[in-house]
Amino acid sequence: MARVVVDVMLKPEILDPQGQAVQRALPRLGFEGIADVRQGKRFELEVEGPADDAALARIREMAETFLANTVIEDFTVRVEAGS
Amino acid sequence: MTARIGVVTFPGTLDDRDTQRAVRVAGAEAVPLWHRDKDLKQVDAVVLPGGFSYGDYLRAGAISRFSPVMESVIAQAKDGMPVLGICNGFQVLTETHLLPGAMLRNESLHFVCREQKLRVENADTAWTTDYTAGQEISIPLKNIDGRYVADARTLDMLEAEGRVAFRYLTDGEAADGYGNPNGSLRDIAGITNEAGNVVGLMPHPEHAVEPLIGTGRTDGLGFFTSILKKLVNA
Repeated sequence: MARVVVDVMLKPEILDPQGQAVQRALPRLGFEGIADVRQGKRFELEVEGPADDAALARIREMAETFLANTVIEDFTVRVEAGS
Repeated sequence: MTARIGVVTFPGTLDDRDTQRAVRVAGAEAVPLWHRDKDLKQVDAVVLPGGFSYGDYLRAGAISRFSPVMESVIAQAKDGMPVLGICNGFQVLTETHLLPGAMLRNESLHFVCREQKLRVENADTAWTTDYTAGQEISIPLKNIDGRYVADARTLDMLEAEGRVAFRYLTDGEAADGYGNPNGSLRDIAGITNEAGNVVGLMPHPEHAVEPLIGTGRTDGLGFFTSILKKLVNA
């Protein structure tokens, strides 16, 4: 079994009010010095079998069609170290 | 013979019964359609109603898009069958890419529920011929993922082709239903596809079809009478 991580983030030009709300809350909680926060989603996929090129290609296809909406979001796919 | 208009129920749909009622009030036959059933029962048009289909998990409308009923809806919409997506239904239509752009969390992060004023910009779609271009209407709006976004090129294309079907009216007091309620780009409340058969909007015409209910206005009825006329005259 291998673990593949798909990170999905709003594209840089898309307004992220949730990230902004988090950023605004930080100073109130005593966490200073954070200029910006962007909030995203992380998917951890346990792959049956090796995370080879074929498996990663399928996962990219999955991310493109389902996990991310590429109209508004970018995604990255990586194999988690040690898996 | 009257027109048969299908109303889809997904798990988590809320407004299917109101939509069926609106269809009947307009004089058409409402045909319930089930998300797991590919069979559209030979309806002449389909409405995707509001709610939180599949819990809005992942993204609003993202999972509904892959339901069996949507396979048929997408295929027939591409062949010209009229489809109206209201609220969550609009979100489903953007996820299917039958309509461009996407819906995101309201800029305010708050759920907004109120009477909303909008302008009908395009009275030539299958669902808007009983309005006149420029007509101002007031219907309920209730959403948290209602912020319409698209890239500048897409927005310019929509404007140039007259495909911004409805726009929020901002020139007035919020208490009177004016203002952009969710941060939608260019105050867009709803759009149409190129052919004019697929229309999506965030506000809820099906909640404004009878004088007895709500604010007493029937500004939403025109959606359902428009489609009925189109289908009966076809």
